[in-house]
Amino acid sequence: MKSKFLVSCSVAALAAVSMPAHAQVEIQWWHSMGTALGEWVNDLAKDFNSKQKAYKVVPVFKGGYDESMTAAVAAFRSGNAPHILQVFEVGTATMMASKGVIVPVGKVMQDAGMKFDPKVYVPAVAGYYTAPNGQMLSFPFNSSTPVFHYNKDAFKAAGMDPEKPPKTWPEVTLAAAKLKASGHKCPFTTAWVSWTQLESFSAWHNVEFASKGNGMRGSDARLTFNSPLHVRHIENLANMSKQGLFVYKGRGNAADSTFVSGECAMVTGSSALYGNVKRNAKFASGISTLPYYPDVPGAPQNTVIGGASLWVISGKKPEEYKGVAAFFDYLSQPDVAMASHKRTGYLPVTIPSFEMTEKSGFYKENPGTDVSVTQMIRKTTDKSRGIRLGNFVQIRTIIDEEMEQIWNGKKTAKEGLDSAVSRGNEQLERFEKANKTPA
Amino acid sequence: MAIEKRVRFRSWWLPWALIAPQMAIVLVFFFWPAGQALYQSFQTEDAFGTSTEFVGLQNFERLWKDSTYLASFWTTAIFSVLVAASGLTIALVLAVMADRVIRGATFYKTLLIIPYAVAPAVAGVLWLFMFAPSAGIVSYALNRIGIEWNHLLNAGDAMALIVMAAVWKQVSYNFLFFLAGLQSIPKSLIEAAAIDGASPWRRFWTIVFPLLSPTTFFLLVINVVYAFFDTFAIIDAATRGGPGKDTAILVYKVYYDGFKALDLGGSAAQSVVLMVIVVTLTVIQFRYVEKKVQY
Repeated sequence: MKSKFLVSCSVAALAAVSMPAHAQVEIQWWHSMGTALGEWVNDLAKDFNSKQKAYKVVPVFKGGYDESMTAAVAAFRSGNAPHILQVFEVGTATMMASKGVIVPVGKVMQDAGMKFDPKVYVPAVAGYYTAPNGQMLSFPFNSSTPVFHYNKDAFKAAGMDPEKPPKTWPEVTLAAAKLKASGHKCPFTTAWVSWTQLESFSAWHNVEFASKGNGMRGSDARLTFNSPLHVRHIENLANMSKQGLFVYKGRGNAADSTFVSGECAMVTGSSALYGNVKRNAKFASGISTLPYYPDVPGAPQNTVIGGASLWVISGKKPEEYKGVAAFFDYLSQPDVAMASHKRTGYLPVTIPSFEMTEKSGFYKENPGTDVSVTQMIRKTTDKSRGIRLGNFVQIRTIIDEEMEQIWNGKKTAKEGLDSAVSRGNEQLERFEKANKTPA
Repeated sequence: MAIEKRVRFRSWWLPWALIAPQMAIVLVFFFWPAGQALYQSFQTEDAFGTSTEFVGLQNFERLWKDSTYLASFWTTAIFSVLVAASGLTIALVLAVMADRVIRGATFYKTLLIIPYAVAPAVAGVLWLFMFAPSAGIVSYALNRIGIEWNHLLNAGDAMALIVMAAVWKQVSYNFLFFLAGLQSIPKSLIEAAAIDGASPWRRFWTIVFPLLSPTTFFLLVINVVYAFFDTFAIIDAATRGGPGKDTAILVYKVYYDGFKALDLGGSAAQSVVLMVIVVTLTVIQFRYVEKKVQY
């Protein structure tokens, strides 16, 4: 009797020791959030892990968006892919086409028996990540949209009202001229040239960037951003560049740091630049809506999203998918989503979190932080819903290349845009061929 | 007729066993990946490799139709000639100087060798920092004396930047070999010439330089291969192939299409083309340039 008791005791003790290791399911999460945003991601995982004991989310920084994607491709091929992968918006079409690779988020939530209502997610954002059949494919984690950041101190120094940012392109040119006259070396610059000056520019003016509703309605879309309106805008920028009013600062987000350092006074860039500016800039700054041409009917419409979403990779165990579902559920909680929105400048994920932020008085205390939301939470049109194209990574690089030829005067705006369209269309044709769904 | 001294192995397997490790390395690290690249160049597949299709020569066809690809041959030629020529010249000058230094020679040599230990991407970033328009220390100084430096938009500046970074990294390697070459030249030859009244300049060109030719030839091959293959990280860090495609050399496009754009078939086809070019170049170098080399 005694020995039996001892045995059962030791079994229990053994179980107690080994329990946590067995019971806690580990969820690998590969992301591309560096510096301040990296801390945000780690804090989210830490908070989730401390609130429940069943699952442990392990965030791993895998470099830039393209690097994590490459890493995930290699990992998938060798069977070591993570559970959750953060993919930038231009990789969306590639992920959607990779049928056996991903598990739709809608299905993950459903299988886990989670209460899941796709309607609470901000439509302009969730719509982008939703399949034509209405199933949500990826979780809209960090969506941004291009906005106009400006340096209030520089405006004051140039004799302008810092509370009256330019709203239209003619006004931007005028403000740039005044800034230049006051001795500013870099009055205006832009990050993500394609995203801000062509993609969002198109949606903002309610014209198509590509046919078939910018590729949202089919993979046989072709680029259309060499219309007279686009040519006019790029020509305008090229002229500003010649006069030293617009200074090109490189591809990707290279221009961001030139605004934060105070070198450039105005920048069109991601709304998520807000966190960086708030933390590091040594001047008063403001956020305004993206400039537009007032004579274009229908402008301003809405802007398109950038940022990234979270994709669930196939081939994992059911209990691990339950953990993923629990984590996504946590991220969608109004208070969690609100805290993320306030902290980073990314868009609120759900409508309730947006309303909660509004009620908390955050937008009143921090003027400009609502710009991204008001640009996005609007009724969208077929031309402005979003841009989803295959081989988009290459198309963006082609646009970068052709734009540089325009800025340095080797090509006219028309020549550069025509060439970008025809080179980009080759990429679209190839993607269409390579990803034909078997009938 | 020289008397040949040959060792004959009694057993048939021993020679094979002795070269087996070397063969294994060559097979695993050279022939296998090369074969894999050739195999992939005939295929097209989606990013994650879930569907693969044999497409024959389509990937190659696409390359020939792409005018920007053909233009990058020219860019590559300019880049490689600049890197190899200036890399060898600078290293030779430094080696000749170092060969004369007596006091502090080790210190001087060590300093010259350091850049070789720097990773290519870091080298690219270092030079990028120095030449960053408006913020870099060198571009600031250039601006002061009236030279507008902007490698973001000026193709010449961009090419100069990546050539400088690539050469800087390779000079150490060239330097080491030149120095070793110089030290193996018998001093008596040079002294004899000096006694005959030959000037240092003449001594260098008629004695030292010809005797260095095996080293120079070896370095020429190595430097061309370096410029063709090992420089994509420098370019990615410094210019990303821009402005336009003006610094996008062949290997950078291989890297971009394969690792950024995830187009493995197209990338493999390009690396096959690159492989053919380098093999051809090396054969030419061995057939024609080597004839001028005195061992």
